[in-house]
Amino acid sequence: MATSTTKALAGEEPPGPPRKTGGEGTVRRRGRLLHRLDIKGAPYAFIAPFFVVFAAFSFYPLVYTSWISLHDVELATLDVMEWVAFDNYVDLWNDSRFWNALRNTITIGVISTVPQLMMALGMAHLLNYRMRASLFFRVASLVPYATSVAAAALVFTMIFERDFGMINWALGSVGIDPVNWEADKWPAQAAISTIVIWRWTGYNALLYLAAMQAIPADRYEAASLDGASRWQQFTHVTIPGIRSTIVFTIVLSTIGATQLFGEPLIFGQGPNGITGGADNQYQTLGLLLYEEGWKNYQMGRSATVAWAMFLLLVLAFAVQRLIKRLRSRTS
Amino acid sequence: MGSPGSMRTRAAAAVAVAGAMTLVVGCSSSDDSATGGGKKDGKVVITMGMYGVMGIKETGLLEQYEKENPNVEIKEEIAGDEQTYYTALQTRLAAGKGLKDIQGIEIGRAKEITETQADKFADFSDVTGTDHFLPWKESQISTGDGKVLGLGTDIGPMAVCYRKDYFEQAGLPTDREEVAKLWEGDWDKYVEVGRTFKKGFKGDKVSYMDAASGLFNAMVYGYPEQYYDEAGELIYAKNPVVKEAWNLAADAADDGLTAKLRQFQPGWDPGLANGTFATAVCPAWMLSHISEKAGEANKGKWDVAKAPKGANWGGSFLGVVEQSPVKEEAKKLVAWLTAPEQQTHIFKEIGNIPSSGEALESDQVKNAKSEYFNDAPIGQIFGAAAQEIPDKQVLGRKDGTIKDTFSQGLVLIEQQGTPRDEAWKTTAERIEKAVG
Repeated sequence: MATSTTKALAGEEPPGPPRKTGGEGTVRRRGRLLHRLDIKGAPYAFIAPFFVVFAAFSFYPLVYTSWISLHDVELATLDVMEWVAFDNYVDLWNDSRFWNALRNTITIGVISTVPQLMMALGMAHLLNYRMRASLFFRVASLVPYATSVAAAALVFTMIFERDFGMINWALGSVGIDPVNWEADKWPAQAAISTIVIWRWTGYNALLYLAAMQAIPADRYEAASLDGASRWQQFTHVTIPGIRSTIVFTIVLSTIGATQLFGEPLIFGQGPNGITGGADNQYQTLGLLLYEEGWKNYQMGRSATVAWAMFLLLVLAFAVQRLIKRLRSRTS
Repeated sequence: MGSPGSMRTRAAAAVAVAGAMTLVVGCSSSDDSATGGGKKDGKVVITMGMYGVMGIKETGLLEQYEKENPNVEIKEEIAGDEQTYYTALQTRLAAGKGLKDIQGIEIGRAKEITETQADKFADFSDVTGTDHFLPWKESQISTGDGKVLGLGTDIGPMAVCYRKDYFEQAGLPTDREEVAKLWEGDWDKYVEVGRTFKKGFKGDKVSYMDAASGLFNAMVYGYPEQYYDEAGELIYAKNPVVKEAWNLAADAADDGLTAKLRQFQPGWDPGLANGTFATAVCPAWMLSHISEKAGEANKGKWDVAKAPKGANWGGSFLGVVEQSPVKEEAKKLVAWLTAPEQQTHIFKEIGNIPSSGEALESDQVKNAKSEYFNDAPIGQIFGAAAQEIPDKQVLGRKDGTIKDTFSQGLVLIEQQGTPRDEAWKTTAERIEKAVG
């Protein structure tokens, strides 16, 4: 079936009279050429919009960024570039701020991603039950995701405010000393993670829910016939059934965590947000990139951070693939 | 597969490619990217880029100018935060696109503009009737070869804003003359008064001052040279003025005299509204912020006293970009907006102190009082403070960034409890990153 369609589409055996030469023939040939172009060219034309946009907004910036990262350039004078080869990369490697930002990115990433995905899994499991107003809950779980980062972060900033924030007020009413959420490292990272968790849990829950609904009901029936409890059904039927979705959300969350930027920036407010706190206690790689480029106006160093982030992601996935391959070989 | 079908595919493909191309090309050919306004239907359109509360739009001056010059239309765009504004300005200057005819320039950026962007701004040295500015104001925006890249709006002479009711509770004098006497001549005395305040004040919810950075800025800006010397060399590390200010601010922090806030950040505003601190070193332009954020409930509780020493914190300029299609008209508008009458008007409306010596001398400025601040004679206080500002003000390329970095360094001491030497080291490292 597939082959015959391809053949027909490619027009390899067009029915018709045998080919002739002469004037009539050139017209025909032109027609055939256009026809061939049409068949061969049209798919390219149809996918062109994406690739043109990709070239302009992804590939060109990528190449240009790598070029810039080999130079000493200031934002104000982008036309004045001084070739420094890999100096920026060496500097970055020796820069304690980079390692600090990397550590923060990893810790904030872990304390936001792990609970978030676990909660999403639990939530999806609950949403998967037959219950009243399930549509309402499904839609409601997406509301945080639809809220802009800025709005969410601003509200959370007020909730976590030191002197007049809601949380410290609540803590104070049960006799606990106020926590300096912004200035202390772990409270600040926890607060930022809260914003991330709040925003993305519902989104991931819906992804899981969609995958769960694709699991055939007879597997659950068979499991319950075998006497499996709800929990056993969850761990033995649901989890294996949505494994690929879980991997997908982990990949997405890892990319998201690496690029974490808006939440800490707004949480810190103003110049303090750019540096991720006075002590860089919650400066992520995204913020370091921004600080270099748009506070220090050093575009070369900023581009270097961008490339370091990109390489880190590539490295992370290469390691992950390697582990997977080794594991499948040993098993 | 008939030919009408293939026609349709071909047409669709063509549209798809064309669509993609417009998407790409569209970004660079929209009207926004053109520089400035221009002449439209016989009207001159002048565009302006500003930030914060410069008082030019807020006090109705633009409308007035349009009324007096019916052939002029002004379009303004005001960014809330100067840092964001300046970043955008830098990007546009680099691209040579998307600039406004008139661009505001903050004092901390003046040197960077005169050093690196002089050819992109129009020269004001040939504009007549602009000799009314304070002598140091014009020199800040002039290049070495005598080009003047803009005209001054306001300046930032300093005073100390204080809560009368808290001073009374702490057993300190409340009259602004007497309060000023307490710390006359020396910032050390201002901190010393804080120690007395802390001892005398019943209750622990009120700190003496808002932030160590306010004190630091006030001290540093009282000297002609701060972070750079005249040759443009970075001297903050060996400038005794900076070290002295740093140590005194750190003393205040160590003794628990500050509310550990960051000025102009959200925690500061509720601090004003709920009265968590008794004093703030206040440049003239800060008064409108305090009265707005502290609100009606605190009206009359605040007062203004003379600062221990004169200093200048802040102030802006208006420049015109060289490639503006309506350069002459824009220069005329800038000259008008910064003329003594208009500066006086802005001062009366929102309290920004004029950079025009002539305006400072006018009775309207001299006799001005602030109702909110207990009828304090702000015209006299800030006018006198303006006279005390050193006649020479050396600016450096990264003044704004360095100031922010020092403020953060002080937060390290205040909030993180970092020892001052370590905080200084960190600050120095950060400055090196920002400047190099």
